[in-house]
Amino acid sequence: MTSSTARAAGVPLSALDTPAVGYRRLRRVGVWLAAGLVLVLALVAGALIGPAGLTPGGVLLELVGALPGIHVDSGLSAQQQAILWQIRLPRVVLGALVGATLAVSGAAYQGVFRNPLADPYLLGVSAGAGLGATIALTVQAGSLSVPLSAFIGGLLAVGATYALGSSVGGGRSSSVIVLAGVAVAAFFSAIQTTWQQWFDDSLLAVYSWMLGRLSTNGWSDVLMVLPYVVVSWVVLLLHRRTFDVLAVGDIEAASLGINVPRVRLVLVLTATLGTTAVVSVSGLIGFVGIIVPHAVRIIMGGSHRILLPMTMLFGAVFLVLADVVARSLVAPAELPIGVVTALVGAPFFLVVLRRNRRLT
Amino acid sequence: MTVVECRDLQVPRGERIVIDDLSLVVRAGEWVALVGPNGAGKTTFLHAVSALLPSSGSLSVLDHDPRTLSRKQLARLVALMPQHPVVPPGMVVRDLVMLGRTPFLGSFATESPADRAAVDAEIAHLGLESLVDRAADSLSGGELQRVMLARALCQQPRLLLLDEPTSALDIGHQQGVLELVDRHRRQRGITVLAAMHDLTLAAQYADRVVLLDQGRVVADGAPEDVLEPDMLARTYAAQVEVLSRPAGPAVIPVRGAVARRLP
Repeated sequence: MTSSTARAAGVPLSALDTPAVGYRRLRRVGVWLAAGLVLVLALVAGALIGPAGLTPGGVLLELVGALPGIHVDSGLSAQQQAILWQIRLPRVVLGALVGATLAVSGAAYQGVFRNPLADPYLLGVSAGAGLGATIALTVQAGSLSVPLSAFIGGLLAVGATYALGSSVGGGRSSSVIVLAGVAVAAFFSAIQTTWQQWFDDSLLAVYSWMLGRLSTNGWSDVLMVLPYVVVSWVVLLLHRRTFDVLAVGDIEAASLGINVPRVRLVLVLTATLGTTAVVSVSGLIGFVGIIVPHAVRIIMGGSHRILLPMTMLFGAVFLVLADVVARSLVAPAELPIGVVTALVGAPFFLVVLRRNRRLT
Repeated sequence: MTVVECRDLQVPRGERIVIDDLSLVVRAGEWVALVGPNGAGKTTFLHAVSALLPSSGSLSVLDHDPRTLSRKQLARLVALMPQHPVVPPGMVVRDLVMLGRTPFLGSFATESPADRAAVDAEIAHLGLESLVDRAADSLSGGELQRVMLARALCQQPRLLLLDEPTSALDIGHQQGVLELVDRHRRQRGITVLAAMHDLTLAAQYADRVVLLDQGRVVADGAPEDVLEPDMLARTYAAQVEVLSRPAGPAVIPVRGAVARRLP
């Protein structure tokens, strides 16, 4: 019985819809549970794998023992416990925060600029943040000023990219914005290089930071970025429906009741806040904001209600796993994690470019 | 009661004044067709009425100046059917129609069951039930414009702006979409201001035709008074014959000056 014949027969629509709606809800819950499970597995893998030779069983018991109300003896020595709690876990958690934030910011920039190629790295936000962070680091203005300085740098960069792109008539063309972003990123990076040469006593630190790395600074980096990323996540998720309205373009979105310039400003500020905060501790990690949102879009469709939270989840998974690869591929040495994401991301970027050829 | 009233309206676009000292009154329940050659300012005028473009001069929509209303307040009064709707890749028809509830939702809210019911009702009114789960980018032009009408009606507007919504459709689908608009505007007392390309269709659906040329009103009145061969020759540089038909005047292009002189 179709719904129209049902209405003719006087059957309430809601009664008819229940099984389908129920099934759909069940499936949605299933998808979320599966995604959550993948995240937990990735986090555990990040805790298990590393050069210090902790036994997997010991790590697992130690983690289980940390759950409230459970007491088990993991058999790890005090030193091994310290490695797990003060080195590995902060790094895994930081990776998850950075990955989730870069990915969801990428999705946000893509939604706001209606440009499938927008990404914090390609828009120059990361380079701007890098310059800001470098300046704050070298003048030793105190660790709290690093995210703020990175935020200002990132904001300047995305503003410059957008203004440049629009001024050459690229408001509608995604490739022009990206080209402007490349130019802006190169410019900011050049200033940054010049700056760090003046302060060459911190050259090594700045250089390793530029390649992208997840630090082993204990929990301090995690605590430093946590407020910024939480704010940016919450604001972006609150706008999940607004992103869907923005997808129909400025004119239609405005006639549907959205104040487009104001919303765009809020969302760009928010995405930039999150991006620059994580860049200030993790350095330049590229392509996360391209790979993850596009992969999620291919699998789960384009609605931002699903896209944004799923992108956060899988951004975390992606970066935690990329970090595992970075730690194990050339162990006991490490690859910079930015190298790993670029190895995966650059080819993926070309795939996205091909899929969106008609837009560029 | 007047729904749109503007006096000496000026709309600049960049350096150019596209609408120049335009004065126009649209009364409640009317269907007013805006016609005129390409670049006459039809779309610009519609965008000015919905405050999508800055303008100067006096402008009132349902006793409010649209330029001082919030976007949300205005979207509850005025809905727009665009000429080439933007369809986000992969968005399904139901979600596209659902965007029409935006003016009734808080900034961070998602649709309530009541909103969903309103959307389902519009989908049923326009006979779109079989399309709801289709990706909107796979629809034909006629189907898509019906979806856009459903979305506009979800805004519960009192003024509906049509920006040449049928110019990309074949003649049958043009009639289909315009008939639907006409039926629903009559049922709900919605006023229609429509930029229209096809003069014969404009004459058949509109109560009044307003002819624009270079941003000014050059004729305003009943279709048979405005659609007059000499007037159309001046504004469009076109050679046409106008036939009087029961449904309204029919405008027929005539090839060559010689042909026009033939009996």
